[in-house]
Amino acid sequence: MFRLEVRTSTPAWFNLALPLLAIAATLVLCSGLIALAGAGVFESYGVMFTASLGDSYAITETLVRAAPMIFTGLAVAVAFRAKFWNIGAEGQLLAGAVASCFVGAIPMPGPLAMLLMTIAGAAAGAAVALVPAALRVKFKVDDVVSSLLLNSVIYYALMALIEGPWKDSFSGYPISPPIEDSANFPVLIEGTRLHLGLIVALVAAPLIWFLIVRTTLGFRIRVTGENPEAARYGGIHVERVLISTALLSGALAGLAGVGEVGGVHFQVMSDISPGYGYSGIVVAMLARLNPLGVVPAAIFLAAVMTGAEAMSRATGVPAFLSDVIQGTALLAMLVALLFTAYRIRRVGVAR
Amino acid sequence: MSAVLEQIFQVGFLAAIIRIATPLAFATLGEMFSERAGVLNLGIEGIMLLCAMTGFTATSLSGSLWLGVLVAVLTGMLMGALHALFTVALGLSQHVCGIGVTLFSSGLAYFLYRLIFGQQSVPPSIKGFQTLPIPVLSDIPVLGPAVFNQFALVYMAILAIPLAAFVLYRTPWGLSVRMVGENPRAADSAGVSVIATRFQAVILGGALMGLAGAFLSMAQFNAFTFGVVSGRGWVAIALVVFGRWDPWRSAGAALLFAFVDALQLRMQASGLGHIPYEAFLMLPFIFTIVAMAVMSRNAVAPSALLKPFRREER
Repeated sequence: MFRLEVRTSTPAWFNLALPLLAIAATLVLCSGLIALAGAGVFESYGVMFTASLGDSYAITETLVRAAPMIFTGLAVAVAFRAKFWNIGAEGQLLAGAVASCFVGAIPMPGPLAMLLMTIAGAAAGAAVALVPAALRVKFKVDDVVSSLLLNSVIYYALMALIEGPWKDSFSGYPISPPIEDSANFPVLIEGTRLHLGLIVALVAAPLIWFLIVRTTLGFRIRVTGENPEAARYGGIHVERVLISTALLSGALAGLAGVGEVGGVHFQVMSDISPGYGYSGIVVAMLARLNPLGVVPAAIFLAAVMTGAEAMSRATGVPAFLSDVIQGTALLAMLVALLFTAYRIRRVGVAR
Repeated sequence: MSAVLEQIFQVGFLAAIIRIATPLAFATLGEMFSERAGVLNLGIEGIMLLCAMTGFTATSLSGSLWLGVLVAVLTGMLMGALHALFTVALGLSQHVCGIGVTLFSSGLAYFLYRLIFGQQSVPPSIKGFQTLPIPVLSDIPVLGPAVFNQFALVYMAILAIPLAAFVLYRTPWGLSVRMVGENPRAADSAGVSVIATRFQAVILGGALMGLAGAFLSMAQFNAFTFGVVSGRGWVAIALVVFGRWDPWRSAGAALLFAFVDALQLRMQASGLGHIPYEAFLMLPFIFTIVAMAVMSRNAVAPSALLKPFRREER
């Protein structure tokens, strides 16, 4: 007979071991699907790897995809640290995209445009995230459901805009007019799509880590998440911390949208995000809510997404395997996290 | 305005409301059972999609519609069991698991569909459910053709509502479900197995989500497309809250949403009104968020919702 026993502390190597264990389990489980598709498991994963991380161009493509997921991953990690259950990164990303595109379409000097796009996108994301936080603080409304439902509200608002007043009159498609050429984010390496947004994301991760681990606000966020009663007893204004967390989290998710508009699509369309907001949850959980861990976790998911398309072309395994991998990785990580809270002990049969 | 009223009282319009409400009613009842037992199932969006796919595939390969429905229901139960395994047996966080189940199920649905049917320029379709007029009742003016000349699955949804209310409020099992959702500790003391009851409720919920998915791909669209569910699972989450976790109110909420949706479709078709249709699609979500704020004073949500139960921990 086995039973779970509460663990009092976790060794440091768990931080690395658990995500790797979860990813390994995921790849093993998903190899069943590859076999089902009649392709070689090692060959398929091999193509996936080469096409996403095998050469310098492939790496840049993977990083382009990783950038928005670093932001949404950070957004979710910050929120979950305070136990503000922000499932709404998707909507906040879309709001950020719309706001930054709106600003980017106004003629003005390039650097100013980029700065204002960033501010507008972050502000829009923060404003959306404020809704579930304020509702929780003021009315005790469950933030899981409200933040999730807001995604749909924002999505339909975006659709109404691009199918209505904001429709690009030039192309006639339901897409927004493009931003000014001068507002396009500079490309880092000639001949690739690697843009400024990635640098911002790579800078944001250690900054957020510093904020969480070393600053007073970060301390308050952590205590609020771990033990709100103790936080309150210690003189922390828990409600205010939740609002600050939401603003920060929403702003980060908004920045994901800014990067997609300024550096990748240069306009807004209905499928500007292939679920980057939800992927952010996977990224944050794989990173164990550590902002530094968000970067490799986002790169991993981005590599899977980029590699899956090439794998599909080479082996005929449907590229949707990457979606299955994401879901499986999230579930596997959650199970792996059990090892941090519990240890499995053999106990006698008698009870 | 009179033009709008004329539209409303057309038989076709009433029939459309019933049809739109059917998958929502199934899904909402399914989610309600799960949540009454204390388990939020955010996997609903993906589960409906996967069930729509498996049901469609089974019918497409076998030619039998009811076999397809059975397969969809079994798929739903299996995914419900999976969600319960993570959230009930292992006590993992319900919302994150739910998102995981949705990502996993929708990925699997897309993957298997592409694997089985390949990439075709015209998506394969099936001869879906045909309307089944009920003798005598379908001759009632207006109401007859609208309500009693529908797909068999529609009648099942109509019957499912009182049945769900009966099971939840009038049977010992329903009492157990409500107990483990309100006060699992007390239920445990009273000899009710919290784990088993929650498993059963989530699996039953999955079966109903399966019916919702089956209706979409086998009666409404007669094909599986990637947008076949397109947020209806999230709508169901909203409707459960809006319907205060009660079968009758939840079904009523589904009907209300279907009315607004049908109205929106009519207005779009007739070129009437200048309000973008998205405004209507947003409404249930906004209403629910507002309703949650208004209702928060008298807590109606199951008390133990989102809380895992471990016997050893006090």
